[in-house]
Amino acid sequence: MLLILQGDAELWAIVLLSLRVSLMAVLISAVIGMPLGAALAVSRFPGRRGVIVLVNALMGLPPVVVGLLVYLMLSRSGPLGVLQLLYTPTAMIIAQVVLVTPIVAALTRQVIEMLAEEYSEQLRSLGVSRLASVPTLLWDARLALVTALLAGFGRAIAEVGAVIIVGGNINHVTRVMTTTIALETSRGNLALALALGAILIGIAVAVNALVSAVSLRAEHEGLTHA
Amino acid sequence: MRDLSAETRIGLEALGLRIGRNGGTLLDVPRLVFDGPGPTLILGPNGAGKSLLLRCLHGLIKPDAGQVRQDGAPLGPAQKARQAMVFQQPVLLRRSVAGNLDFVLRRRGMVRATRKDRIAALLAEGGLSDKARQSARSLSGGEAQRLAILRALATEPDILFLDEPTSALDPAATLAIERMVLRASAQGVRIVMVSHDIGQARRLAADAAMMQGGRVVEHGPASEVLETPKSEAARRYLAGGLIL
Amino acid sequence: MVGIRIRTLLMALGLMAGGAQAEEAYIVLQSTTSTQNSGLLDHILPGFEAETGIDVRVVAVGTGQAIRNARNGDGDVLLVHAREAEEKFVADGWGVERFDVMYNDFVLVGPKSDPAKVGGGTDIVAALKAIAQATAPFVSRGDDSGTHKAELRQWKEADIDVAAASGGWYRETGSGMGATLNVASGMEAYVLTDRATWIAFGNKGNLEILVEGDPRLFNQYGVILVNPEKHPGVRAAAGQRFIDWLLGEVGQGAIASFRLDGQQLFFPNAR
Repeated sequence: MLLILQGDAELWAIVLLSLRVSLMAVLISAVIGMPLGAALAVSRFPGRRGVIVLVNALMGLPPVVVGLLVYLMLSRSGPLGVLQLLYTPTAMIIAQVVLVTPIVAALTRQVIEMLAEEYSEQLRSLGVSRLASVPTLLWDARLALVTALLAGFGRAIAEVGAVIIVGGNINHVTRVMTTTIALETSRGNLALALALGAILIGIAVAVNALVSAVSLRAEHEGLTHA
Repeated sequence: MRDLSAETRIGLEALGLRIGRNGGTLLDVPRLVFDGPGPTLILGPNGAGKSLLLRCLHGLIKPDAGQVRQDGAPLGPAQKARQAMVFQQPVLLRRSVAGNLDFVLRRRGMVRATRKDRIAALLAEGGLSDKARQSARSLSGGEAQRLAILRALATEPDILFLDEPTSALDPAATLAIERMVLRASAQGVRIVMVSHDIGQARRLAADAAMMQGGRVVEHGPASEVLETPKSEAARRYLAGGLIL
Repeated sequence: MVGIRIRTLLMALGLMAGGAQAEEAYIVLQSTTSTQNSGLLDHILPGFEAETGIDVRVVAVGTGQAIRNARNGDGDVLLVHAREAEEKFVADGWGVERFDVMYNDFVLVGPKSDPAKVGGGTDIVAALKAIAQATAPFVSRGDDSGTHKAELRQWKEADIDVAAASGGWYRETGSGMGATLNVASGMEAYVLTDRATWIAFGNKGNLEILVEGDPRLFNQYGVILVNPEKHPGVRAAAGQRFIDWLLGEVGQGAIASFRLDGQQLFFPNAR
C-alpha cells in the first residue's frame, strides 16, 4: 500500500494543496492575529476582559459552523457571491483564517501579556510607550509565537468540516488531505484513508520537529540580529 | 565627551512627594535635593520606601502629591529622556548581548555603522566583548547586570538610577559593577543608587540619604551620615548593618 | 467583527484568485455521492474535458443539499436522482429543463445472518415489513437525499411509521451513502443503497445483497441546467454543452461502458 502511495503524483498534489492552503491561512492569521493579540495584551480599555473572553471562546469555533457561515457569505446568492470564490482554494483559506485567527490572537495575547509584565518598567524607563512596545514584544516572544502559529497550523491542516463545505472537495481543485480521507472513508476504502491519515500525522510531526530544531538552533546562536 | 566639572551636573529635587495606600503612608518626602558632585546612596531597611522613591524620581510611579524637578524643570518626557535606570533584577531583552545595546542605540536614531562602533566601545567598557553574539539571557548574574548598566549608559543619561544592582551578586561581580558606577560618575553622570549594603555606601557615596518608614530621616555628606549619624533610626540601622 | 475581517481579507484574496479564474473554462456540477463514490464521474468526465477543454468541478453531496446549493446559484449543472424534487426545482424556475440521463437501481443490503429472513426475495415492501416485524436494525441515510427519499417511499408503501422507531431499531445517520454503509457494516444492519455505491464500496464486512430486482427500486437520474435568469453568474453555455454531451451518443456510451467488477452499474436512457 505504501508503494502505491509513494509514486502517486495525484496524492502529492493533494498533500501540496493541503499545505498551501493551511500555510497561507496561518500566514494571514499571523498578520491579523498577532498584532491584534499583542494590542489586546498591552491596551487597557473598558470591556477588555470581555473581549479576551470572546477571543478565547472563538478558539473553539466549530469548523462546520465556520464553513456554513463562509458558504453563506461566498454563495452566489450571498453578499460576496460576485467574487466567485466558492469552491476555490481561496474559499478554504478564508474559512481556515476564520478558524485560526482567534487561536493565534488568543495565544499571542497570553504570551505577550506575560512578557509585557516582565518588560513593563524597563521599557517605560527607556521611554517606550505601551503601544510602541508591541513590535519589541512580538519580536522577543518570537519562539513562543512560533508555537502559537504551530497550534494554528495543526488546527488548519487537520480540519475537514469547514473546507469540505466551502471547497466542495472538488478533484484537482479543492481536494485536500482531510476531505480525501472523508471521501475514501465513505467509499469504504478504509486502508487508503488510514494511509492518508498517517501522512497527515507525519506532516504534523515533521513540522513540529522542524520548529523545535529551528528554535534550538536560534537559542544556541543567541538570536542575534544586531 | 562631557564636561567633567561638578557644576555642570544636573540637579534633582523632590518636593512634597506623598504616596499612601489604605490610609497608611508609603512615601512622604517634603523636600530632597541632589546637587552634590558625587554618587548619592539611598540606604535603609526593607520596606523603607527606597525603591518607591527611586521610581518616583524616574517617573515610573506617579505620586499622589508633589513633584520632581530636574534642573529646575518639572519631570516631563524631555527630562525622563535624560534619565536611565538599572533594576535589581536586570530585565534583558531576548536577544543577543549586542542586540540589547543595539535596541537602545537604534531608538536614538543612530545609523548602523555608528551603532556598531558604539556597541563595540560599550562592550569593551563592560568587559563583554567576547559575548557580543551570545544570548543575553544566558549571561551570569554579574554579566547580566553589567549589560543592563551598559544599556542604560548607551542612552547617555545625565542621571542614572540604580536599584540595589548588586544585591544578588558575589563580591567580585559587585566590585565590577561598582567600578562601572564610579567611572560613569567620573564622566559626569549623576548617580542615585539604592543599597542596603553599608560597606558599598562607604566605598561609593559622596552623599547618603537614610530612609525609614517612607521618610528620609537623614541626608548629607556620606562621612557624616555613615560615621556620625544624627538620627536614632540611622544609628540603629548602621549598628545592625555593622553586625551583619 | 469576524464579518469585517472576512471582508477585508476578501479584498486581498479576491484580487489574487479572481484574475486567474476568469480565464479558466470550467463548470461546477452539483451531484450526488453515488455518482462520485462509484467512480462513474471519474470514468466519463475526462472524455468530455478532453473534447471541449471545459473542466468539470464536481461537488458531491446528498441530492437535497445539491439542489439547495444549485438554488443558491452555487453550481451550473445539477445531476441528481429525486424526480419529484427535480421537477419542483424546474417548476419553481431555478432550473431550465430536466432531462433523463440514466438509471440504476437500489438494493436492500443486510447481514449474512439475516435475522428478518428476507434474503433472496424480490419484494422490497414485504422485506421491509419483515424487518419491522423482527425489529431488526435498519440504517437510513436520513439526509433528504435521493436514496433517502426512495427509501421513505417504500416504508410508506409498507405502511410502517419509521419515525416512531427512530432511535430504536431504525437508525438515521444523516450522512452520505458511504458513511451510512460504514455504519451498517459496523452494526450488521439492513440498509437500502444504490447498487453502484454498493459494488464500489470497499468495507462490506458481513453485508450482502438480500433483495433486488423489484421494479419499485428503479433509480432514475436527471440533469438540469441551473437557470441563468435567476443567477446571472451561471456558466450557461458551458453547462449546456455538458448536458448536450451527456445526453448525446458519446456521453451515453461512456456511461454504458463504465464497469466495476465486470458489472455495468448505470444504464443510459436519455431520450
